[in-house]
Amino acid sequence: MEAAVVSFVEPLLGSFWGSIKPVWPLIWTLLRIVLILVPLLLSVAYLTFWERKVIGWMQVRIGPNRVGPWGLLQPIADGLKLFLKEIIFPTAADKKLFVLGPILAIAPALALWAAIPFSPGWVLANVDAGVLYLLAVGSVGVYGIIIAGWASNSKFPFFGAMRASAQMISYEISMGLALITVLMVSSSLNLTEIVVGQSKGLFAGMGVGFLSWNWLPLLPMFGVYLISGVAETNRAPFDVVEGESEIVAGHMVEYSGMSFAMFFLAEYANMILISAMVSIFFLGGWLSPVGFLPDGFHWMAAKMAAVLFFFLWIRATFPRYRYDQIMRLGGFWWWASG
Amino acid sequence: MEFKTILFYIFSTVTVVAALRVITARNPVHAALFLVLAFFNVAALWMLLQAEFLALALIMVYVGAVMVLFLFVVMMLDINIERVRQGFWNNLPLGALVGLLMVGEMAVVLSGRYFGLANLPPQNLPADYSNTKELARLLYTDYAYPFEIASVILLVAIIAAVMLTLRSRKDNKSMHPADQIAVKAKDRMRLVKMAPEVELPVAAAKEGE
Repeated sequence: MEAAVVSFVEPLLGSFWGSIKPVWPLIWTLLRIVLILVPLLLSVAYLTFWERKVIGWMQVRIGPNRVGPWGLLQPIADGLKLFLKEIIFPTAADKKLFVLGPILAIAPALALWAAIPFSPGWVLANVDAGVLYLLAVGSVGVYGIIIAGWASNSKFPFFGAMRASAQMISYEISMGLALITVLMVSSSLNLTEIVVGQSKGLFAGMGVGFLSWNWLPLLPMFGVYLISGVAETNRAPFDVVEGESEIVAGHMVEYSGMSFAMFFLAEYANMILISAMVSIFFLGGWLSPVGFLPDGFHWMAAKMAAVLFFFLWIRATFPRYRYDQIMRLGGFWWWASG
Repeated sequence: MEFKTILFYIFSTVTVVAALRVITARNPVHAALFLVLAFFNVAALWMLLQAEFLALALIMVYVGAVMVLFLFVVMMLDINIERVRQGFWNNLPLGALVGLLMVGEMAVVLSGRYFGLANLPPQNLPADYSNTKELARLLYTDYAYPFEIASVILLVAIIAAVMLTLRSRKDNKSMHPADQIAVKAKDRMRLVKMAPEVELPVAAAKEGE
């Protein structure tokens, strides 16, 4: 793809090309980062819209339908509102860390996308230790929450941060244990090779490739991973981080405007990331489910959408877990089964 | 100057500054966060040495797990930094001596003259060289027994730590979850069968006519 872009850009710039050439790799990388991040942020915005619509339909309500045709401009209006609001700093807060909190929450959520392959070759950094990278950078995300909770210098955020980080750390372990089985099956840490490894097998040879994907041979681990993913992103029914009647908005109580929106963006970006990881590790990534249809990015997108729908579905369906039950579930059952 | 060299200097400068701030920061939480920054940059330095498994494991284990628990503890304790600093000047000579000794030892090792560093074969890695795979091969073949023994020792340490801190408090009102689940409805509530309405006695019914 790079060669095609270069041959298009070169005559366009003419004599300027000579001065641009040394920094071209940098520009090319930045271009690809933008190409990943802009659709990602757009899908975050429309995921919130879709969530409200889907849950509305499931609960026999209408959902947002006022702003724009079918309410389609609702996320834009929400974003604008958050963007224009003032960021209030509590007097007793630690100012520097108060700003650092939301940044550290969203930075790993975006940085993780560097290693996600969308289609053969469509990956920003095809690193050899891709799974390790995901686990390592993913574990940094918890700092945003802890720092936010502590820097706010108030009770509710601190308790919220304690809850959220304890939950995230314990579910990270069960996710890691579930991933070890995937690594053993595919004997590679490279995400592209994990997907390619799922394209071979008895059923793939018979033309029903979806039975060769990891979800069937690793069915228990698939369940563990999916449920831990829901808990890891603090989504319902494990959304004890927020609760109007107990700890209000957890670590986000003192945040307003864009600084709150950063936490919000991070949560939804993480949801989409978990759906991408589930599709890559267990649902065959961009592979076509049947032999006679071509592979491609559209399959990956469809699988991610299905997993995201599962996230919204269980949010509309299940009542919340009690906090000690969540920790027991994570600390005992999922680790043991892992 | 190669681009890698520039990166090396950036990462090492940040590491040294962060490490200094760990011991000079007034707030213990800030100190812990600077330690996280130092770990992160050391991981980046290891990445420059193509030790990607070690670098990512460092982030995963130290940054992602150990330092989070560390921060928990530091945040919940009310540490008076002035009291901690009281013995600083008394302990400085001993600390400086230990520090100098460590610098000297590191210099001896790293200069390599006495350890035959020059005799090592040049690094000539193929394109598909996987650090993780090589490490795993070594651990599970040549060093299988030391590896197993180390893991058993770690397991013993974990169990020992749990057993040392485990104590049952007398004023604890929590219930065992298994007991909660095992409860049947009839243990808690007695259902009495009753007729929904009582028939009027025949005589009273006649009077009412």
